[in-house]
Amino acid sequence: MKITLHVWRQKGPSDAGRMATYHHEAHADMSFLEMLDTLNEGLTLKGEEPVAFDSDCREGICGMCGIVINGIPHGPRKSTTTCQLHMREFKDGDHITLEPFRAAAFPIVRDLAVDRAAFDRVIQDGGFVSVNTGSCQDANCIPVPKKASDLAMDAAQCIGCGACVASCPNASAMLFVSAKVSHLGLLPQGQPERGDRALRMVHRMDAEGFGNCTNTRECEASCPKDIGVEFIARMNRDFTLSSALERQEKAGGGGG
Amino acid sequence: MELKSNIPSGPMDQKWEKHRFDLKLVNPANKRKYTVLVVGTGLAGASAAASLAELGYNVKVFCFQDSPRRAHSIAAQGGINAAKNYCNDGDSVHRLFYDTVKGGDYRAREANVHRLAEISVSIIDQCVAQGVPFAREYGGLLANRSFGGTQVSRTFYARGQTGQQLLLGAYQAMMRQVGLGKVQLLPRTEMLDLVLVNGAARGVVTRHLVTGKLEVHTGDAVCLATGGYGNVFFLSTNAKGSNVTAAWRAARRGALFANPCFTQIHPTCIPVSGDHQSKLTLMSESLRNDGRIWVPTKNGDTRSPSSIPEAERDYYLERRYPSFGNLVPRDVASRAAKSACDEGRGVGPGGKGVYLDFGDAVQRLGQKAIAEKYGNLFDMYQRITDENPYKVPMRIYPAIHYTMGGLWVDYNLMSNIPGLYVLGEANFSDHGANRLGASALMQGLADGYFIIPYTIGDYLAKTKLDKVAPDHAECNRVKQDVSERLQKLMAGKGKRTVDSIHRELGKLLWDKCGMARNAAGLKEALGKLPDLREEFWKNVTIPGSGESFNQSLERAGRVADFLEFAEVLLTDAHDRNESCGGHFREEYQSPEGEAQRDDVNFAHVAAWEYRGPGEKPVLHKEPLTFEIVHPTQRSYK
Repeated sequence: MKITLHVWRQKGPSDAGRMATYHHEAHADMSFLEMLDTLNEGLTLKGEEPVAFDSDCREGICGMCGIVINGIPHGPRKSTTTCQLHMREFKDGDHITLEPFRAAAFPIVRDLAVDRAAFDRVIQDGGFVSVNTGSCQDANCIPVPKKASDLAMDAAQCIGCGACVASCPNASAMLFVSAKVSHLGLLPQGQPERGDRALRMVHRMDAEGFGNCTNTRECEASCPKDIGVEFIARMNRDFTLSSALERQEKAGGGGG
Repeated sequence: MELKSNIPSGPMDQKWEKHRFDLKLVNPANKRKYTVLVVGTGLAGASAAASLAELGYNVKVFCFQDSPRRAHSIAAQGGINAAKNYCNDGDSVHRLFYDTVKGGDYRAREANVHRLAEISVSIIDQCVAQGVPFAREYGGLLANRSFGGTQVSRTFYARGQTGQQLLLGAYQAMMRQVGLGKVQLLPRTEMLDLVLVNGAARGVVTRHLVTGKLEVHTGDAVCLATGGYGNVFFLSTNAKGSNVTAAWRAARRGALFANPCFTQIHPTCIPVSGDHQSKLTLMSESLRNDGRIWVPTKNGDTRSPSSIPEAERDYYLERRYPSFGNLVPRDVASRAAKSACDEGRGVGPGGKGVYLDFGDAVQRLGQKAIAEKYGNLFDMYQRITDENPYKVPMRIYPAIHYTMGGLWVDYNLMSNIPGLYVLGEANFSDHGANRLGASALMQGLADGYFIIPYTIGDYLAKTKLDKVAPDHAECNRVKQDVSERLQKLMAGKGKRTVDSIHRELGKLLWDKCGMARNAAGLKEALGKLPDLREEFWKNVTIPGSGESFNQSLERAGRVADFLEFAEVLLTDAHDRNESCGGHFREEYQSPEGEAQRDDVNFAHVAAWEYRGPGEKPVLHKEPLTFEIVHPTQRSYK
C-alpha cells in the first residue's frame, strides 16, 4: 500500500520544528513502528537523518512508544499502543499525520520522542508502599477480597505511556496519578499511607505543570489499557478527605 | 586462572544460612560512606538499588530507556515460582530445587539453586507487602497455576502481566529511595565501558543518549543487571533495545563469559510474518495449561484447522510425553515443534507453525473463564495476526527468548573481577542449560532483594578501597577509548544500515546456532563472522552526529558488540560436544531424538576469556558436582 506520511520533525527542544512529508510504501502486515523502521532505513540510505521515536518492548507493555497518529494518541484502534497498531488499520492512498505527545510537562527530545520523567517524579513522591526489603509477614496473612484485588489490578495495569496527558485539552495527568493512587489505595497494604499518598502525588502533579481535570474524558478514550475515569473519582475522594484532615491538623483541631 | 566458586561448606540446606553468618558486615554508620553503581533497572537492578539504598548505601542507577519502568522485565507474562506449597500438592523448597536442577539439565550449581528455592518464599511475601496485585481466590488468598517442567502448582501471577507488576513493585521501592535522596537516577544513560583501578571495578563510562555527553561515574562496586543477549539473533522476544554491551564491555576488560551457548528458545511465539519484522512476540507458556498443541497427521495438509477431524490431528506432545503432556519444559517443546515442521507437517505460511488450540478449554470452561485467565494475550494475538483465537487455533513457533549464559559469577554473584557483581539474566548462575518457566522473575528478584545486600557488604568490609575520582588517570584513559570508538563509528559513511547487518548476523546465528546445531555449521558460521565484522566497520553508515540524540549510533555500538560476542557464543556451541537443555547438537541425540548429555566430559561451566577479535577465546572450566540431584537422562515421558 502507498501512503503519505506527514511527520513532525524537530531537532531538539530549542528548535522550532516543522511538518515534513514522505511518500512511502508499506505492507498491511507490518506494525506501525515497523513501517517507520522501513521509512528510516530508506532515509538513512539517502543520507538523511531518520525520524527519532521511542519504542522498546513492542508488545504494548513497556509504555515507551507513543505517537499522536491522525490526532489521536496511539492512533485509531482502541485499547492499542502505537507498537501494537498494524498497517491493516489503514488503506492504500491514506495520508497519516504523526506528531509527538505534546504537553508542557513533556518537553520534546527530538522529532516524536518526548521526555516523560515528570511521571517518575510523581511516583517518587508517593507512588509506593513504604516497606523495606525483608520486613514482611507471610503473604497469605492478609486476605484481600478478590473484587478489590481485581479492581486494584485494573488500575495497576497503567503502562505510564502518557497518552492520557497527550489527549487531554488541559494536559492533565489525573488518569495516570489516579491509577496509582487507586491501585495502592484499594489494597490493605496501601492503607497506612493512603491519604498522604494522594496529597503528595497530586501536589507533585501540579508542580510538574500538568493541568487539571475538566471531565472531557479524552484520557480514558485514548488509554491503551482501558483505565477508566472512575479512578479519578477515587483519587478526588482521597485527596479531598486528606486535605480536610490536614487543614484540621494544622489548625490544631481534630484530636482523638 | 582458577575459578573459585566460593560455595560454602556444610549440608546443602544449611549453606546459605551458614554463609550469611560468615559474611562480614558493614556497620550502619559506615554504609553511607560507600557508593554502589547499578547498571540496569529491571527486576534485578531495581530491587538491588532499592534494597542497597534502604540499608544506607549511596546508589547511582543507570538505564538506557527514558524511564526505569521500561526495563524488559516488564514484558514477562506468565508468573513467578515460589515453594509456598499453598496448594497442598506436595511442593517444598527441596522439590523446587530438584525441579530446577533437573530442568536445567544438570548444568547449574546445586548450591546456587538451593539458595534460590529457599529465597523464593520471601520474594512473594515482599511483593505482596509492596502491593503487587497477584491473582487471588474468592476467599482472598493467593491463587497459583502450574507451569512447564513441574507437576505442582507453584506459580504466582498477576493476569498475564506478572513481570509488569513485579517490576513496578521494585521500581516503586527504588523511586521511594530516589525521593529520599539515597538513589541517584540517570535515565537515557548507557554504560559503554567499565573502569578498573588496581584490578577492581571502580567505575563506568556512560554516554547520555540525548546530548551525547560522555561521563565517568565512580564508586566502590559495580553491579551489572543488564539482561540477556538474545538480540544477537536480531529476531527475538526481547525488547528492541536489549543488548549485550554492558556485559560485553566488562568481558573485554577481563570478566569471563560463561556458557554463552545456553540460549532458550521459547516454544510459543507468534510466527514470523515477513522480512520487515522487527521482533517476535511471545505467547505466555501459561497458555499451555489450557491449550493443546497439534499438527495434522498428514504432510502438507492445507485444510483449515476446523475442517481437520480429530482422528487426523497429532497432539504430538501428549503422544510423546504422556505424563507431562503439553507442559514439558521449553527446550523439549521447541524441538518437538521443529521436528513436526521439519517433517512437513507445519501449518501456516511457509509451514513454520503449529496449532495451540483452545477449542476444548473453551468448551469445558466457557469463553469467559478463558478470557479472564488469558484475555490480554488473546487480544494481543488478534491485534498482531488479525485472527480470533477463541474461534481459530493460535499458530505458534519457537523463538529466542532468554539466555541462560552470562558473565561468570561466584556464589556471592561477584565476577572474576573484584567488585564487579552481575545480577539477574546477565549472569549465568542458576538455570543451567535450560530455564524453567516462571523462574526468571524469581532469580532476578532473589539476586536483587535478598542476595546482593548481604554479599556486597562482605566485599566492602574486607577490602581496602582508596577513593577514585572521575578524573583519575584510568578513568580518563577508558573515556578516551570510548570516545575514539564512537568517532570511528561515526566516520562510517558506507552503503549499509546498522539494521541490515544486524539482520544478517541474526540469520546466520539462527540458521547455524539456533534450535539445532552441528559442528560443520558452527564452523561455517565462525568462518563468516570476521567478514561480517569487516563489512560492518567498512560499509555501515550512521547519519547525524555523535553529540545529539542519535538512535542509529546507539544501535551501531550495540551491533558492533554483538558481532564480537557472537564469536564466543559460536565457539562455546562448537566446543561443547554434547546436547543439553537449550543446546542441541545434532550429533548427540538418542534414537528417539532426545538430547544426550556427556557428563564425563562436559559436567562443567565453560567460562571464556576474550582475547580480541579473530583470536580464539581461552576456556576456563569450573567443574560441577552433584551431591543431591544425581544426573540422569531427563525424562518427561
